[in-house]
Amino acid sequence: MRAFTRITGIAAPLLRANVDTDAIIPSREMKQVSKKGLAEGLFAGWRYRSPESREPDPEFVLNRQPFDRAVILLAGRNFGCGSSREHAVWALLEWGIRVIIAPSFGAIFRANCIRNGLLPVILDESDVEALTERVLQDPEGTPVTVDLVSCRVSARDIEIRFQVPPRDRQMLLEGLDPVEATLRHLPEIEAFEAADRGLRPWVQL
Amino acid sequence: MNASTLIDKIWSAHRVVSLGDDVDLLYIDRIFLHERTGSIALRSLADAGRQVRNPRAVFVTIDHIVETTPGRRHSSRMPGGEVFIEATRQSARAAGVTLFDSDDPRQGIVHVVSPEQGIALPGVTLVCPDSHTSTVGGLGALAWGIGSSDAEHALATQTLAMKRPPQTRVRFDGHLGSGARAKDLILYLIGQYGAAGGAGHAIEFAGSAIEALDVEGRFTLCNMAVEFGAWTGIVAPDDRTIEYVQGRTWAPGGAQWDAALAYWRTLRSDEEARFERELAIDARDVKPQVTWGTSPQQVIAIGDPVPPAPVGGGRGQEEAARRALEYMGLNPGDRLTEYPIDAAFIGSCTNSRLTDLREAAAVLRGRRVATGVRALCVPGSTVVKKAAEEEGIDRVFKDAGFEWHEAGCSMCFYAGGATFPPGSRVISSTNRPFEGRQGPGVRTHLASPATVAASAILGRIGHAGELS
Repeated sequence: MRAFTRITGIAAPLLRANVDTDAIIPSREMKQVSKKGLAEGLFAGWRYRSPESREPDPEFVLNRQPFDRAVILLAGRNFGCGSSREHAVWALLEWGIRVIIAPSFGAIFRANCIRNGLLPVILDESDVEALTERVLQDPEGTPVTVDLVSCRVSARDIEIRFQVPPRDRQMLLEGLDPVEATLRHLPEIEAFEAADRGLRPWVQL
Repeated sequence: MNASTLIDKIWSAHRVVSLGDDVDLLYIDRIFLHERTGSIALRSLADAGRQVRNPRAVFVTIDHIVETTPGRRHSSRMPGGEVFIEATRQSARAAGVTLFDSDDPRQGIVHVVSPEQGIALPGVTLVCPDSHTSTVGGLGALAWGIGSSDAEHALATQTLAMKRPPQTRVRFDGHLGSGARAKDLILYLIGQYGAAGGAGHAIEFAGSAIEALDVEGRFTLCNMAVEFGAWTGIVAPDDRTIEYVQGRTWAPGGAQWDAALAYWRTLRSDEEARFERELAIDARDVKPQVTWGTSPQQVIAIGDPVPPAPVGGGRGQEEAARRALEYMGLNPGDRLTEYPIDAAFIGSCTNSRLTDLREAAAVLRGRRVATGVRALCVPGSTVVKKAAEEEGIDRVFKDAGFEWHEAGCSMCFYAGGATFPPGSRVISSTNRPFEGRQGPGVRTHLASPATVAASAILGRIGHAGELS
């Protein structure tokens, strides 16, 4: 898994509430049994004037300078709700997004972010708005820094602390393979199964 | 001993080891996969040189992009979608797991098949890389949707590392309002508290209105817990559940049945158990609901006016409401009952079971779909389809002017290929009215099967009570 420590770069505001994973990557854009080749389909329903033409819609934030170089997304409440498709995370990463800052996330989407080295940061809505004001001030782009070591977001005159659950933070910082980490507990898994065959024999197939 | 909730009891019974910071390694009893997100998990596992730990606990169905037009075999409704079906088939065979292929009599939508076959049982943990896995909480399983990477983890280790979620109990008490169904209950709840109202909680649904629901209605309720932002939903197993489970293919029999039954009887929250949050809904207040916007929280009782865009609540909420009105072609104050519909869809893991089809058929019997409305019924599984045909329900649908399809997810979502034209207004028994969900520019209004059937007859949005 890809590790994450800190990043400084452009942050793009996309603040509408309840942005779902169908919007992040429409099902029609998932064309192969692959984690790759998904960036083109990112936000396809909003990014292009029509699904066929692929002509960029200049109104959409990621088509406008300087946000077309964004590495951070400033988002609204319940970002990534809906379908479990991990393709949403793969598409965001392939396009170049490494951090999403939002007041809350869809639960499965958030877990998918952690598994792939994309950092989900939860901040109060007022803090997301304050960051948005800063990034909109300079047409050349205001750099935003997100540091997972110190758990701080900073831009111009503001610095905001955030929290990430300890295990998730460790996974991200070290880029650990979760399967490898779990297989260290193989003796406990085997012991559980042996005991469970006695306790719930109807469950073990 | 401390009092425990239903979820505490199931959680504790599956704890392999504590990993600290409230994270447990939980044992996963059953894993379900489908061709859209499961194929990549199986392939990725094989690419990493790993094996499925217990192939007997893993089930695969072909549901998401398989063609559903009558007489289909293996084709996909998505252009190029056959590669997903074929990849899934090959990976499933190589891994030695049970596959319900597109021509298998047990095939169907994953969350319809898993309880139907007795694979989902009370008290088991079940995961699937599909958000609506919460559905089978309706029979007292602890079931939740995961991503493909976590599916790979579960396949390799038969476990998932999970942070213990906060818990909410939602009580629905009293008799359901006239003409209202399980679908209306959950839509009403989401309307009251918002699409993020569940906030990652594990939710136990309880109260007299839930006890009065049949198990299939409880599936509908738990299905849309995820649309409430919940981690999952569950209903304590009771006599209705036991009756539902008994005799199903993978359900226990003989002496094991008695042992299982004794255990299942313990699966309820203790009187003194504490929840982080308690919500109460008076079921008598719940009327037939319909969504007006592009989030399931944008919902009203049929006949009520579309509400004005919210003032305050942050830039995000205002922008979302404004955009929803524009996309849906509506104005605040509009009555949806004045809007003609172009199509009516009955299907999906939310509402495609036999009771759903009976509910719609009761409305359709002896009536005709309004001119110009395309109406489709897609049963949730091949078993449901056959059972409906034995009851003659297919005739009722066809005589009314509905298309009668093979089982699958069908037009709950758009993956390319045939769909409703842009701008068309569709009344749908599905779960997500998202922008573009059923096709570019398609305007989806969610409702119960009874409301979908009634609207198809009326040619506009309306409820069954409006038909004389």
